[in-house]
Order: sequence, then structure tokens, then C-alpha cells
Amino acid sequence: MAGSTPASLSAEAPVQAPAVAAAQARKARSISPALETWRRFRRHVLAVTGAVVLLILVLAVLVGPYLWPVAINDIDFAAKLQGPSLAHPLGTDDLGQDLLARMMYGGRISLAVGFAAMLVALTVGVLVGSVAGMSSGWVDAFLMWLTDLFLALPTLPVLLLVMYLFRDSMKKVMGVEGGAFILIVVVIGALRWMPVARLVRAQFLSLREKEFVEAARALGASKVRQVVQHILPNALGPVIVVGTIDVAAAIIFESTLSFLGLGFPSDVPTWGSMLRDAKDYLDIAAHWALFPGAAIFLTVLAINFIGDGLRDAFDPRRVL
Amino acid sequence: MNRQYIIRRLLIAIPSLLGISVILFGILAMAPGDPFEELATNPAIPPEVRMALRAKFGLDDPVWQRYLHWFAAMMQGDWGFSFQSRIDVDKLILQRLPVTLIVVGASQILAISVAIPVGVLAAVRPYSIFDQIASTFAMIGFSLPTFFTGLVLILVFSIQLDWLPFVYRADINATGWAFYAEHIKQSIMPVVVLGLAQAGTLVRFMRSSVLDVIRLDYVTTARSKGIGERKVIVRHVVRNALIPVVTLIALQLPAVFGGAIVTEQIFRVPGIGSLLIAAILANDTPVVMGVTFVFACLVVLFNLIADILYGWLDPRISFR
Amino acid sequence: MPDTFVPDTLLDIRGLKTWFKTEDGMVRAVDGVDLHIDRGETVGVVGESGCGKTVTARSVLKLIDMPPGRFEAGQILWQGRDLIPLEQAEMNRIRAREIAIIFQEPMTSLNPVYTVGDQIAEVIALHQKLSPRQAMAGAAEMLRLVNIPNPQKRVHDYPHQFSGGMRQRVMIAMALSCQPKLLIADEPTTALDVTIQAQILELMQEMKEKFGMAIMLITHAMGVVAETCQRVTVMYAGKVVEEAPVEALFSDPRHPYTQGLIRSIPRIDRAVSRQARLESIQGTVPSLLNPPAGCRFAARCKYAMDICTQGIPPLKEVAPGHRVACVL
Repeated sequence: MAGSTPASLSAEAPVQAPAVAAAQARKARSISPALETWRRFRRHVLAVTGAVVLLILVLAVLVGPYLWPVAINDIDFAAKLQGPSLAHPLGTDDLGQDLLARMMYGGRISLAVGFAAMLVALTVGVLVGSVAGMSSGWVDAFLMWLTDLFLALPTLPVLLLVMYLFRDSMKKVMGVEGGAFILIVVVIGALRWMPVARLVRAQFLSLREKEFVEAARALGASKVRQVVQHILPNALGPVIVVGTIDVAAAIIFESTLSFLGLGFPSDVPTWGSMLRDAKDYLDIAAHWALFPGAAIFLTVLAINFIGDGLRDAFDPRRVL
Repeated sequence: MNRQYIIRRLLIAIPSLLGISVILFGILAMAPGDPFEELATNPAIPPEVRMALRAKFGLDDPVWQRYLHWFAAMMQGDWGFSFQSRIDVDKLILQRLPVTLIVVGASQILAISVAIPVGVLAAVRPYSIFDQIASTFAMIGFSLPTFFTGLVLILVFSIQLDWLPFVYRADINATGWAFYAEHIKQSIMPVVVLGLAQAGTLVRFMRSSVLDVIRLDYVTTARSKGIGERKVIVRHVVRNALIPVVTLIALQLPAVFGGAIVTEQIFRVPGIGSLLIAAILANDTPVVMGVTFVFACLVVLFNLIADILYGWLDPRISFR
Repeated sequence: MPDTFVPDTLLDIRGLKTWFKTEDGMVRAVDGVDLHIDRGETVGVVGESGCGKTVTARSVLKLIDMPPGRFEAGQILWQGRDLIPLEQAEMNRIRAREIAIIFQEPMTSLNPVYTVGDQIAEVIALHQKLSPRQAMAGAAEMLRLVNIPNPQKRVHDYPHQFSGGMRQRVMIAMALSCQPKLLIADEPTTALDVTIQAQILELMQEMKEKFGMAIMLITHAMGVVAETCQRVTVMYAGKVVEEAPVEALFSDPRHPYTQGLIRSIPRIDRAVSRQARLESIQGTVPSLLNPPAGCRFAARCKYAMDICTQGIPPLKEVAPGHRVACVL
């Protein structure tokens, strides 16, 4: 009726009115979405701190062993259960092995498992979510039922069951460390894909009807092209956030398995297995448990803060 | 809230249980070799028992037949025999289940009663000092692996301060009040470890749910009615914000039971979690399968309860 | 006449500035608004989306979230008493009892988890100190007044069991349940079907005759204003640009923006003629983040002159009760 000019698309709630104005102002300055995301992320102090801490940890476990070339299995009973000293900056364990060297080795395993399991989870999740989101009817219904089913699986018991049943045969095929690594990564990935699948599917359902996808469809873009070019890039933000959290979750799962004695073989030093060995010496060598425990905690906390920062950065609705 | 809705939820739970049983059996069936073969090397098991098991599980039948047999046996309460404890698996699990349920239940109550007020207060004053402290602590709780928290608590409260016992004992030789006092004292650490991990997650859920609800129109309507702010928050914000949180709590359940396994293992709580680990380490396959299945049933059961709670909290659902 | 209080004036907003702090700076959503409403009269507040009508309305009941919002300047005099410095508890004695409000979106304005009876009874019990039972009876009586069939039964229904128009009736019932002296209706018909719109406006008229309250009707529909209001305030980009009795506004609109608004009303009698093209106002509302100096409409105004961009023209009285903020 009146009013007539296309002033604003949104309904005018008092909070939205300034948000719209702010969005207009930003548009006027024409900052690309990626840059805008980075700008928002940079202002999240804890997330930036997390990123720096994670970077230091990654560098430490990658470069560290070259700067501190002590063997991880150098047994020295004379120096067993020692606290931090110049010779052993993080102390020693019950066999007198150097904890710093073992921590760096364990850190490589933890981070590698975390990232690899995240990649598995993302791949499966994006695949299942895309197929469910594109198809409708019974395929979608079945895949979503399956997703819900996996969400209801008791993760750790199932993880333990699989490790218990398959560990020995994997060891035979892939070798001691490789077998455990692949098994752990695949199983953690197989038990963590569901949130990604749900997210991707939800993005599909909402984006499928949006104008630009409709335009692409009208122009005769094929289904796969629609997905790759138009839908996935839009679903990217939330998926990256979930993927970040997945790294942290996988690290905790791997440490838990090792802590319970069902992860990597007991002679491979991982943060979880070090804690397991150390827990019987808490009264005389607390450092042995505290260092690897703190390493897990710090890594997971850093990654989770990064995930939080990314979530805020990808969510442009926030007004402050 | 009507009966139809509850019946419908019940009917949805059945295929989930069937699906989970298929997945669990599938894992068992895919396991390389004969899981009972290892028993042959165990001198504690007479060969007749092994042969009887083989016959009962019909290891030479086609997979689907074996599944049906297995499922029928499980349904009849015939869960097999524990070689380790020399007792029927179902009896063994029933003995251990109450402790797990009490510890998990107490920790959930602790988590909810801490997390809901904290989450609400943080969301009501977003970005205030209280919110920042609460959010940071929530993130720390969320990132702390239970096994590390457990060890740190033991180190502080059992070893350094000597206030609490770090081993859970089922056979306390005391009567009356002293008996209960001892029980409570030894339950404190497991419950706190499990509760804190859960509280961190819950604070984050509650905070973001309240933030979502508090800017909705009906909250403004409530304020415009002249209701005091406290009453607006409790009656019109928290009540509505709880609806999605119930679902999120249900989604967290697998993680909660995972945490329970670790906690029971650290404090040697005689629940089904420590039973699972012991059975795995002793290659006691019927117990491993039984406990895993019980965990799966518990998750499905609590999901069902959450669904019913959801229908009760949200009148729109049960009418649909 | 800054400090002379006219006893018949219910609400007198003077120089109100409600600003919002955002990441990108201060958004001046309401930037110096003067508006008054007398006892029993219906005043229309019109303007485009984002011109500050809704923020003005919510400011009166102090329903603005602070932060990010804040009152930068001005007074909101309710029967001579400034509401801005009032404590929350005192404000709560005015809300619903003296000033009530209904919103644009009936679909989201009611809490989905309580029955409509509960929600109406909540106000009645609070302000009239009645028992829950009596309050519920009052709620049913209010539903009957707003013509909801079978009110005794429907008090126990949830909002999702009502249609949009019915929910707006429920909102009106709730707003009027304590017989307020002023009802603020914030685009009460915008979200409704055209046929339902007429019914709701009719209901408001009927209620006004019954309870004798004043109405502040916020709308962007000039047609609605012409039918229901005695006086009109036209807002543009956070400021009042014209204020006049309804006949004067339509017969002799002075501000170019008002003229544009009136010309953009579709009219059947003109549609038959050749020049039936519906006129629209070119351009969009300027950003309230960094509003242009001078008249905010200047950029879209076909009469704009140099002087327009230099200073903000004040409201001048051009005829009794007719004031306009334009150099012309």
C-alpha cells in the first residue's frame, strides 16, 4: 500500500533495525565474506590465543624431537621417577625414560589421530548429508533414521568393543602402530559423522529453495554442479566449526582408549597411555601424570576455543 | 500431553533398538576369526562350555540366522555365561547396574542444578564479567577429559589432603549412619568428576538457548504486561529455553555413559563400566556384548524419557 | 510551551532520542521525536520501515533492550510524570494497567507453552490482585468481548490452536484486560490477511468505544490512518517531519515526504484515468548510523535546495495543530 519503497527486507524489531543498518553500512564498505569472518575471528581474544597455543603445540611436536634428540625408550633405572631437572626437563617415568621426548612423540600421535579422524568424520558426514539433502522420500528418511541410530549408539562402549574385537587382526595386517592408528581413526570417524551429516542436510534443505540455487537450476546446472558450486560453499562455515570440535573430540577419544589400555600398544608412548602408567605413582611422581594430562587438556581447550571463535565469526547475526 | 504421543514414541524406540542390535551383532560377526576361539587357550573354561556356546550361537549358520538366534536369546534373558565371574551375564550385570545408575544419576542432578542457573544468569547479562567467567569455566569443564580430572582430584583430595578415599569399596564394614556417610564420602569424587564434565556442556547449551529465547516477541509481550523481570525470566524464558536443552541432554547421553566407564575405572566403582573394562581385559566376550547392549538400551531408554519430557514441555508437539 | 502541562494530555514525548550501540557505531533509531496523545484520541504514527516508529512505541513502555539501546535525551511524560528515570518496579505498575501494547506478529507474540487463558489471567491476577480462578474467569470474559466464539472452552487452548487473526484478538483481549488509558498498537494488522485486517481495525474501534482509551496506532498504511485516526504524526529516518489533524494532512500535506506517501496510496477512482501510474518515492531511507547533516529527506526530495543539506529544519506550526519540519 503506502510506504512503497524497498527500504528494508526485514520486519522491524527494535534490535533488528540497527542490525540492518549495520549490515548496510558493512555492505557499503564492501568487505568480502572471508575477510569479514577473519576480522570477526581476530577480535575473539580466546580464539586467537587458542590458535597461537595450538600452533606452538604443533610446532613443538613436529620440530621438537630434532631439538631434543633423546630416545623415547632410553631406559635408565638410576634416574627413574625423577621430577623436572635440566637433564630431563619434564622428569622421567618408572623406567627412567625421558618424559619430554615421550610427550613430543605422544603429541604427534594425538594430533595426527585428531586430524585424521576429523577428516574421516567430515567425509562420511558430508557424503551422507548431501545424499540425504538432495534426494527426498525414502532415501532421505532412511539416511536420517540411520543418523539418529548412530547418535543413539553408546560411543565409548562401541569403540571399546570394536578395539577389543579387531585390534589383534589389524595388528597382523598393518603392523603394531599402523594397525592401531588406522583402526582408531576409522572407528572414531565412523562414530562422529552424524552431526556433520545433519548439518549438511539442513543446509541443503534451507539453501535448496533460496533464489540463487533456484537460478542455477533454472539455468540448467546439473545436480552435482549445484551441490559443489552453490550449496557446499554455503554450508562450509558450520561444517568447519563442527570439524574443529571433532578434532578435539577425537583427541579425547584416543587418549581415553589409551588410558583404558585399549588404544595404541602399551610400548607406544601416547598422552593417554602415559597417564595410565602414571596413575599408580601419583603419590611419588605426580609430574608424570600432570604433564601429559595438561597437554591433552591444553590441546583440547585450544581447539575448542578456536571452534568457538569460528562459530561466532561465521554467525553474522550477532549484534554485540 | 496425550497417550497417543507416548505410544508413538515407544513405537519409534523399537526400531532403534533393533537397529542397534543389528549394528552390535554385525560388529561381532565381522570380527575376524572366531571370538570364542581364544577361549580355547583359557584354562579356566572347560571345553564343553565352549562347545555349548558354539552350538548356541550356531557359528556355522548364515549370518541372519545367527542374528535371529542371538536376538531371541537376548530377548529371553539368556545372555550367556561369564567365564571370569562364573555367573550368568544377566545376573552379573543386574548386580552391577544399580551402582552405575546411582553415580550417573547423582552426577546428572549435580550437573543440572549447577548448570541451569549459571547458564541462565550468564545469558541474562551477556558479555558481563559473570558471563565471561562462567563461559570460560564451562569451556574448561567441557575440555577436561574425565580421566585427567579424576587423577587431579585424587592427587589433591586423597593424596595431598587425605580427605576422601580414592578407591570405592562395596564392602564397608559399618552400620547405620556411618555406613551411609562412608558411601557418600566415597561417591563424592566420581560424581563430581562426571558432573563437572557434564555441567560444562550444559552451561553452554543453556546459555545459548536462553539467548535465543530472550529476544523473542513473546518475552517482550511478557515484559509489557508489567511482570517483574525475575518472573519474566523464569516463567517465559527459562521454561521455553528448556525445551531444546532436553533434546541436547539426550544427545549427550552416549558421552555421559562413556564418561561413566572412565570414572568407574579410575575410582574402581563396581558398576557396569568397570565391568566392561575388566571383561575386555579378560577376553570375556559374552559380558562385553551384554554390557555394550545394556549401555545401548540405557541410551535408547533415556532418549525415550527425553522425548516424553519434550512433549510435556512443549504442548505443540504432543498435539501434532 | 515547554513546561506548561495541559491536563488533557496523556502522553507527551519531548525530544526523545533512543540510540543503539552496534559494532559499527551508534545507530540513531529515534533522534529527537516530539509526539503527544490526548485522552481518548487515536493518533496515527506513519512512516516507512526502519523510520523509528516501532522504537518510539517501545520506548514509551521502556521495552528497549539496554544495552544495546539507550535513551540519549528527551522526556516521556505520562500524565505529567517522566517515565525515563523510573525504576523497573514503578514501570511495571504502569505497564498493562495504564499503557498496554500489541505487536505486529500475532504468531510470535504469545508464549507457545501456556494456554491463552493462562496468559491473559497472568495480567489480570497481577494488576487486579485476583485469585487464579477469578483471573481465569476474567480471561474468558475478555475473550468473549473480543468476539472469540466459545470463550469458556477456548481459554484452555494453546496459541497454536488459533489462527493469526484470532491470536491478534487474544492479544487485544490481553492488552485491554486491565482497562489501560492508552493502547499502543504497533502495526497490528500488517501481518494479517486483508479481510482479517478490517475485522481487527473494527474490533479496535469497538473496544475504544467501550473502554474509552486513547490509541497510538503505528502503521505504514495511509489508508488505515485515514479511516481510524484523528491526528497523524509522520516520521522519517528517526525524526518527526509532519504532524496534523487527519483531514488537514490528507487535504493539505506540507512535507514533500508526506506528499509522496499520500500519492503512493492506490486509489480506485484514479485508476480508471490515464495517468494511473502509482507513484513511489525514489531512493531508500538513509543509514541511521551516520545520518546526513541537514534534512534527512533531502537526498530523495525533488524540491531539495542547498539550504536543505545544511541544517535540520525545526517543526514549525503552519496552521492550528499542523506542524511541519521543512524549509518550504
